[in-house]
Parts: sequence; structure tokens; C-alpha cells
Amino acid sequence: MEYFLQQLINGVTLGSIYGLIAIGYTMVYGIIGMINFAHGDIFMVSTMISLVAVVLILSIGITAVPVILLLLLLVSLLLTSLYGWTVERMAYRPLRGSFRLAPLISAIGMSIVLQNYIQNAQGADKKSFPTLIPGYMSFFNEGSFPVILQYSQLSVMVVTVVVLCIFTWLVTKTSLGRAQRACEQDLKMAALLGVNVDRTISLTFVIGAALAAVAGLMHLIYYGVTDFYAGFVVGIKAFTAAVLGGIGSLPGAVLGGLTIGLIETFFAGYVSVDYKDVAAFSILAIVLIFLPSGLLGRPEVEKV
Amino acid sequence: MNETRDLILDVEHLTMRFGGLVAIGDLSFQAHRGEITAIIGPNGAGKTTVFNCITGFYKPTEGRIALVHGDPAVLAEIDRATIEGHQFLRTDKGALFLLERMADYRVSQYARVARTFQNIRLFGGMTLLENLMVAQHNKLMVASGYTALALVGLGGYGRHEREAIDKARYWLNRVGLIDRADEPAAALSYGAQRRLEIARAMCTDPVLLCLDEPAAGLNPRESSELSDLLLFIRREHQTSILLIEHDMSVVMEISDHVVVLDYGRKISDGSPAAVRSDPNVIAAYLGVEEDEVEDVVQEVSA
Repeated sequence: MEYFLQQLINGVTLGSIYGLIAIGYTMVYGIIGMINFAHGDIFMVSTMISLVAVVLILSIGITAVPVILLLLLLVSLLLTSLYGWTVERMAYRPLRGSFRLAPLISAIGMSIVLQNYIQNAQGADKKSFPTLIPGYMSFFNEGSFPVILQYSQLSVMVVTVVVLCIFTWLVTKTSLGRAQRACEQDLKMAALLGVNVDRTISLTFVIGAALAAVAGLMHLIYYGVTDFYAGFVVGIKAFTAAVLGGIGSLPGAVLGGLTIGLIETFFAGYVSVDYKDVAAFSILAIVLIFLPSGLLGRPEVEKV
Repeated sequence: MNETRDLILDVEHLTMRFGGLVAIGDLSFQAHRGEITAIIGPNGAGKTTVFNCITGFYKPTEGRIALVHGDPAVLAEIDRATIEGHQFLRTDKGALFLLERMADYRVSQYARVARTFQNIRLFGGMTLLENLMVAQHNKLMVASGYTALALVGLGGYGRHEREAIDKARYWLNRVGLIDRADEPAAALSYGAQRRLEIARAMCTDPVLLCLDEPAAGLNPRESSELSDLLLFIRREHQTSILLIEHDMSVVMEISDHVVVLDYGRKISDGSPAAVRSDPNVIAAYLGVEEDEVEDVVQEVSA
């Protein structure tokens, strides 16, 4: 029981991070029907930005942890959003209206560009991030296996919930969110109602990158390490989460993220650490056989 | 006819070719403020293509489409605007828009032309209210400081949002769908979807409303409700209407001016009564070959 609880805590933490990144995949797919393979690398870039920023912040002598976190979040959000916007502007917008595979290939190219750029700029070695949120709560101390909830895990969960609330409000209640959903259903019609489709698509990339930036910071706080290749596996996992939840569905992305996170940690905890990725991807394959549109996805309807 | 009518839309020598196919050939016509102008013609005559050119869906191969806001005297500037490469010109009395040069969303945002489609294009997964709110997107985006101010709760976003909801409610009431405001648009019946599409177009505050076969698929009672709605829009909102329609009862009842197309060319232009008795129109609708038109014209007018 205690062991189970421990894995649950670990799984939800990991799943929150996947969920935040998965939203970026699913949102972009929903609006322009392409998989943004560079999204994982945007996440990686955001960890690097946080890393550089934390060094700067510490070097100017700020030591209050809440201030550091807030500054990190702001810097990382802004700069990562800029990266997201730039990638869309440079690699995808010029290809809009060309054949379907073109932006996909461009995305893979962008992914390689970002990886190599960071490798060259920052070096290929793993980089560690200072522990900003130390300490933990411990439950069931009398038993043989105390359950530990690290404060960093708690903050990952809390931040994820807060960010998801803001994001949900943005999508459901604001004019931008409505325009986004309208573009998802019918780009041309939205344009005819005066929605600037290009700008809406840009903002979708910006929001996706902002969520990836939050995920990047959370990842650093929790794991404390990153490198130029960190975006690849996490990106693929988050993409898997988006597909599992039903690509195009926003609640699906979060659900998929949590599911993948939980499967991974439980498999690692109970069966084998080495094969945890195999487990996550196998579940994906099985779910897609029986539910081709994912857990919460709508079946594909041909647009008239 | 009344000579003091204000020009709102001036289409000159509009030509649209798709490869070798001439969908519209050298079409010129005008529409006037506060009038309902109908474009009719047999299937494949190029009516919808005209709409697609006006609303920025297609870029015409040749020709000029000018839209006027305010004082039609601004039309005197048209040659200057054309030569100097402007998309639009504003003077203190009015504004002139060269629609063929403007991107689709700008046609709605700046020139304020709205349209509906022959095959309904609502946002089926969104509620009726949301459909009407999307149409007020630009106003709300500016009011919310492009969402940035709304995020921190500044800039009177709430007030603008309420105004937008009020306007949506007004149009939902008008088209009799207020009690279904929170249902997804796809759940509506066909006739109701058509009415909602018109309501959505009206929420963009258009000066020119282009309706592509709004009566298609409606039963006679619904058609007559539609006529009432269009007459209401013209009377209460001074919106000029451009109408493609096959239902002649609707066309003859509500239009002020009818343009008839056949094979992409204008074959008649005038009041409904004049057009109805035009032998060219009758020949086109009977499907007579070009060389036989003269014969039929003689026959009909005999």
C-alpha cells in the first residue's frame, strides 16, 4: 500500500509534466493538423533558458527562493514563447497551403536545428540545476516504507493545476480561445468573420511554448538535470500522451499525460525500470487498436 | 428609378479564370446602399464565384471591386487608389476599399463585408452563443488588449464581453433561437442553422451582407420568414444585401435590383419586373443554345 502510494505520487508528478507538453502538440494539431515535432526541443530550450537564467539570478545576489522562481518563470515563459513564435514564423508559415507532409518534414528539421544549436552553444554534457525547493513531507513513518512527498513534487502538481486553470479559462472564456476553437473547426470561415488566422495560429504556438516552458522549469526543479538531447524522449512521450488522450482534445492531452506518467512509474516500480518506455508505448499501441481516436478524441468526421 | 441612390459596391470588368475555364467574364454591376441586390442565373453561371471574389476567398484574374463607406463622392479617388496601390483609402467623409486586393480576414475586419455559404459553415462544435461571439472577435481582441489585459483583469474587458453577449442575444432573439443559446450549433435543424448563419454574419456589423442561397432547402413558411428577416435587416440596420437565390418567390418579393448571370456573363440587369420579362433571361432559364437565342427572343416578345 505504501509502495503503491509512493509510485502514485511519482507518477502524477511525471504525468503533470507530460500533460503540459502534450497540450502543445494537441493544440497545434487541432488548429492546423500537423504534428509539431520540434515541440519537445522547445521544451529542451526552455530548460536551458531556465538554467542560464538561474545562474544569472544567483550571480546578482538574489537568494529568496519565491523571487527566484517567479523570475525564472517569467524569463522562461517570455523567451520560450519567442522561440515558439519564431519556429512557427520561419519553418511552418511559409509552408502553409503546401502539401501536408511539408511542414512535418520542416518540423523534424527544426528539431535537429534546435538540438544542434544548443549542443554547440551550451556543450553536450549534462548540466545540473541547483536544488531550489529542498525538503519533503513523510507519511506512514511507523511502517517499514515511509511515503515521501518532496516539496518539489508538490510544487509541480500545484503549478500544473494552476496553469491548467488559467489555460482552461483562456480557451473557454476569452475571445482568443473562441477564435482558436473556431479556427480548429473551419479556418476559412473564421477568416471570413474577421479572425486573423495567421495571428491565431502564431498565438497557438506561443501558448504551447509557454506551457512547455512551465513544464521545463518543473522538470528542472524535480530532476535537476538537463542536456541538449533532453527534449527528444520527453517530447516523444508527450506526443504519445497526446495521441493516447485523443489528439486534438485538450482534456485528453492532460489525461493522456497522467496516464503515461502513471504507467511508466508503476511499471518501473513493480516490473522493470529498464522496460518502462516499452510499457508506455505498448499501452499506446493497445489503446489505439481498440480506441483509434484515443481516450477522449472524437472520431474523425470529414469536413464538408 | 431614383437617381439619388448611394453606390455601395462597384464591380468593374471582373474576370475569373480557372486554367482555361472562364468562370466570370468581364462582369460589371453596381449595388446601392440600403437595397437588396439579387444575383440570379442558372446553375454554374458563376454566382458563387462572384461572392468568392468579393469576400477575398479568390483573387480575381482581372477587374476591380470597390466598396464605399459613407459618402460615395470618395469614388472619385478610385483611380488614384488603384495607381498608388492602396488597399483602401479613408477621407473625412467616407472610405473606399479595393476588395480584390484585401486578404480575407481584412475584408471582414475593415471593409465590413459579411457572407454566408450555400453549404452551411457554422462552427458545429461550438454553442450558438459562441458562434455569434466569434463574429465579434476583433472588437473583443482590441478591448482585451489582445488578451494580455484580460489576463490581469484590466481594460474593461468584462464590459465589452457583456456588450457582445447583448448583441448576440439580440440576434438570437431576432432569429428565434434564444432558448437554444447554449446548445451546440450542429444540433440545430437545417432551417435554424441557416437563420443562425445570418445572425452570425450580422454580428460582424457588416455594411454589405452577402447571402449565398439562404432559402435553399427551406419550406415555404421558412422562406417567407427569411424574407421578413432580410427586410428587417435592411430596414432596421441599413445593411445592404447582396443575394444569390434560386427561389424566385423570395427574389421577386424582396429585391430592389436583380443582376442575371449566365456562363459567367451578365445578360440582364434591372428591377425585378424588368428582368422577369427580359427575353434573354427567359432564354437562359429555358436552356437555349446561344445561336437560338435570337429566335426565342423573337418568339417570346411576339
